[in-house]
Amino acid sequence: MASPDDLKFQEFEEATDLLLADPGASTLSMSGSSSMALAGATGDIKLDMSDDEGQEESSELLRGEKQTSGFWTFEYYQSFFNVDTMQVLDRVKGSVMHLPGRNFIKHTLQSSPDLYGPFWICVTLVFSLAISGNLSTFLNSLGSPHYHYRPQFHRVTIAAVVIFLYAWLVPLGVWGFLTWRQREERQQSGYSFLETVCVYGYSLFIYIPTSVLWILPFEWLRWLLILVAMVISGSVLVLTFWPVVRDDTKVTAFATVATIVVLHALLSIGCKMYFFQTATHTPVPTLAPNHTAAVLTNKTH
Amino acid sequence: MPILHRNRYLTTIFAGLSDVSISGDIPVEGEINVPVGTPSHDDEYSTLDEPVKDTILRDLKAVGKKFVHVMYPKKSSTLLRDWDLWGPLLLCVTLALMLQGGSVDSKEDGGPQFAEVFVIIWFGSVIITLNSKLLGGTISFFQSLCVLGYCIMPLTVAMVVCRLVLLGGSGMVSFIVRLIVVTASFSWSTFASTAFLADSQPSNRKALVVYPVFLFYFVIGWMILTFSPSA
Repeated sequence: MASPDDLKFQEFEEATDLLLADPGASTLSMSGSSSMALAGATGDIKLDMSDDEGQEESSELLRGEKQTSGFWTFEYYQSFFNVDTMQVLDRVKGSVMHLPGRNFIKHTLQSSPDLYGPFWICVTLVFSLAISGNLSTFLNSLGSPHYHYRPQFHRVTIAAVVIFLYAWLVPLGVWGFLTWRQREERQQSGYSFLETVCVYGYSLFIYIPTSVLWILPFEWLRWLLILVAMVISGSVLVLTFWPVVRDDTKVTAFATVATIVVLHALLSIGCKMYFFQTATHTPVPTLAPNHTAAVLTNKTH
Repeated sequence: MPILHRNRYLTTIFAGLSDVSISGDIPVEGEINVPVGTPSHDDEYSTLDEPVKDTILRDLKAVGKKFVHVMYPKKSSTLLRDWDLWGPLLLCVTLALMLQGGSVDSKEDGGPQFAEVFVIIWFGSVIITLNSKLLGGTISFFQSLCVLGYCIMPLTVAMVVCRLVLLGGSGMVSFIVRLIVVTASFSWSTFASTAFLADSQPSNRKALVVYPVFLFYFVIGWMILTFSPSA
């Protein structure tokens, strides 16, 4: 378990006060916080994961509210956008600069996923990939006299398809697989679909500054940036999903985590290869999945 | 003759005549009063009678007034109250047409097609409006579309300027001039639309609503800046 450092200890005192004031307060059904509730009641404190008991309460109330409207009403979708500016910024920061051992969903999201972050991060990533790719092609061919600048607008369409498919279909697959395993093995609760989408969406944030930095035409720098970005965002994903699969058989656990990491790697390498080329020819635009594009450009290099 | 008696009198006559075939007219006494609408004071109710020129001019004046509001954005509710989508449509079509005729070496590597510009502008406005409403904004759907559409006007002006500058050559100087013009008009658009839209949001979410607007006009600005004429 995480050991409390000075800062957390101060915050936690507030939380215990809240708990002691209302010992009957309902907490979330996750094993971590329920142990904290018991500990708080007896006065013996062991900090587990969440800092703010008060926020957890309100997020549970929120979750209760969410279920009351049907999915055809506007209010249902409004409940997924119930975030403030500071919350979004905190979540983005949490996806980039997180400490090892912290589960993104439990700690940063505090189990109230939103759709604002994932959606707008994907849109920004689409445009930053297309624009930066265009700029890098332009800078590459600056020397040659026959080059006529072309906006290459079709790249926006391709980037949009790839990024949105990744950010929505892969979480669907991961969630489906985890829910199926959890039902088979009768394990503790997994994550809801929205939380999975949220994790994937926020983990893509690191690629936005990476794609801008990819404009610099140094090959070693681009590979270094890929490595750094993959380590950061991959670790967010791994740390989130590891606690859920670790109770499964060893093979399944490792296979799941490995698949997540490999897909993530394919996305970043595929984007880098397709949008930022050092070869002089322009590729045949194709809507095939990432690895095919990577293989094609590899063959023609 | 009082009305009640008259009606009964008439009914009796007709009842009695129901089984009699009539060949001629039967003279009926009485008065018939049909309420005739007095010419109403508001013009909107009797716009069918006015000449077409008046109708068109009135709509054009409304559109023109909104253009002026965008040029000098101040917090007035006229733009919001009387929304219309003519202005945005006009601007969108003008912008999309002017973005055509770019470099024609290959269809794929060129600039945005007409349909792509249209889709980006309208679909983008709808998404931003939905985003603003989902975050709890109090502005209505069409009002927001109207504001976003009208605030494209500085960018359309920038497009015209860019095309004129490109007539004079496409070297470094023209690029810098175009960059300055597009940056200035994109900031103007964002500022103008934020002046209208940000008020309808609670203060802790203003940035969440302004950012998509910024992204929207940034993308349009990039499309304008990267327009390169056929060689």
